[in-house]
Amino acid sequence: MKSKVVEGLFYSKDHEWVKVEGSNAYIGITDHAQHALGEIVYVELPEVGDEFTEGETFGVIESVKAASDALMPVGGKILETNTELEDSPYMVNREPYESWIIKVELSDESQLENLMNAKEYQEFCDKEE
Amino acid sequence: MKRTYTKLIFEVSKKGNKGYQLPSWEADNKSTDSLIPSDFLRNEDVELPEVSEVDVIRHYTLLSNKNYGVDTGFYPLGSCTMKYNPKINEDMAAMAEFATLHPYQPQETIQGALELMYNLDKMLAEIAGMARMSLQPAAGAHGEMAGLMVIKAYHQHRGDTKRTKIIVPDSAHGTNPATAAVVGYDIVEIKSTKDGAVDIESLKAALSDEIAGLMLTNPSTLGLFETNIKEIADLVHEAGGLLYYDGANMNAIMGYARPGDMGFDVLHYNLHKTFSTPHGGGGPGSGPIGVREDLVQFLPAPLVEKNEKGYYLDYDRPLSIGKVKGFYGHFGMLVRAYTYIKTMGKGLKNVSEMAVLNANYLMHRLKEHYYLPIDQVCKHEFVLGGLQADTMDVSTLDVAKRLLDYGYHPPTVYFPLIVDGAIMIEPTETEGLETLDGFADVMIKIAEEASEKPSLLKNAPYDTDVRRVDEAKAARDLILKYTK
Repeated sequence: MKSKVVEGLFYSKDHEWVKVEGSNAYIGITDHAQHALGEIVYVELPEVGDEFTEGETFGVIESVKAASDALMPVGGKILETNTELEDSPYMVNREPYESWIIKVELSDESQLENLMNAKEYQEFCDKEE
Repeated sequence: MKRTYTKLIFEVSKKGNKGYQLPSWEADNKSTDSLIPSDFLRNEDVELPEVSEVDVIRHYTLLSNKNYGVDTGFYPLGSCTMKYNPKINEDMAAMAEFATLHPYQPQETIQGALELMYNLDKMLAEIAGMARMSLQPAAGAHGEMAGLMVIKAYHQHRGDTKRTKIIVPDSAHGTNPATAAVVGYDIVEIKSTKDGAVDIESLKAALSDEIAGLMLTNPSTLGLFETNIKEIADLVHEAGGLLYYDGANMNAIMGYARPGDMGFDVLHYNLHKTFSTPHGGGGPGSGPIGVREDLVQFLPAPLVEKNEKGYYLDYDRPLSIGKVKGFYGHFGMLVRAYTYIKTMGKGLKNVSEMAVLNANYLMHRLKEHYYLPIDQVCKHEFVLGGLQADTMDVSTLDVAKRLLDYGYHPPTVYFPLIVDGAIMIEPTETEGLETLDGFADVMIKIAEEASEKPSLLKNAPYDTDVRRVDEAKAARDLILKYTK
């Protein structure tokens, strides 16, 4: 099954997407990631105001198969969390690119350079499959 | 009718039914609130079921008939070592001389029980290549916790307080990072190589003077022997850390290789896996830990010691991490494990031999029909990566569900996480060739069904009391108690 990749987002090797708006960014998991996880049953969100560095665990995504850490693709401070996911975690399966998990204030915009663009991420996934 | 019995005890309840009879009351009747302050009284009635004695017996007997266990069929649940539990273990544990002991009895009256613990300690230590054991931990994860507390005590005793991290491979059992976190460590996850081994470069990069230790199992979670274990041990020790051995896979190497000789410093066993004590259905488990000589001082207190007067519980252990369990652990399980070791004797080596042979036999029969990611001699278990590519629209879960129709407990699925669609099969040594062939035939038949008639698998199981369960709903909409 070919996973969907959206143009204009940044992607991490851990299968998170980053949508940048000014000095802030929305972060979620990719279509590839939600396929691999299977049906998602719980999303554990961080507290607003928490600060995380690049690669740190900001939450947990639990599916029928496993509980997986969600890692920060870039460092930042949590501005907002998508609390709708507490009641409707399956939205991450249905619309992975609409269902952002956290909104952060980027601590260092240059970290975005370490991420992939849509084309590079597509190739990255093809290699994994 | 009875096979499909699905009632709750509350549904059997009928007002006024009861299973007891009290003598008539001769004293004056007093109201409850004249005896107990109203603050402590409930306002509503307790919703307890009202049933007769025979109703209770039938209800629970019908439920128990639904059980599937090692005594009813093949149970190849990978990483769990669901071997047959010899009934002589039960005979020994039921002996009045053990079963009627009280844990507060004077020690001179429980010499036999103390001797058994003392000897079991020595035997388990010998098998592991360790100096001494603590028999207290209640099960595997509890053993891990106690073992990590020993590691922590060791570093603290040396005044080395910088070590706040534990390294865990990404293929590890989930209990490894979980127990490390409970003990207060940060977890550093390292990647495995393609064949499930420790990636030496990742390990080197993770090591520092902040590392308290590495948690590992050998054979690895993929059932393959970690051939670099000496190098791994040296690297961790050079960095000042300790090596923790998760005994989950001990059934593969018993009598052939000892974790202590490989360089491990602390380990836990699962007596309910390797040493044939009951597993599942509440066990209870038992997870003794063993340590190398200089760590014995940190083991939980008490240990059983021996002097000229006999055996005694030694509480005088100033550096001990303290007690980790009420009384002395799950004593009944210790009796069973002791019985197993004594009845097997040198046969313990055959256990590992046959466990490895059985796993390799099944692997060879199945690898033409399922995807085998790593094709090499396995130890006591092996991991398939689901069906082969041309039948990809049928998932590992579908295969597991279809196995229920053929009367088998499915293998472990979707673990380890490093193999997509994992099917983890551990036949154990107690299964004969006929059983292995029967299972292999069914697995091959299911693979054929998957390519010829995928919908058959998609809708399985058909022949169980409850059909396909909605696992996502079960996790999302939890119903934790009965309400009318």
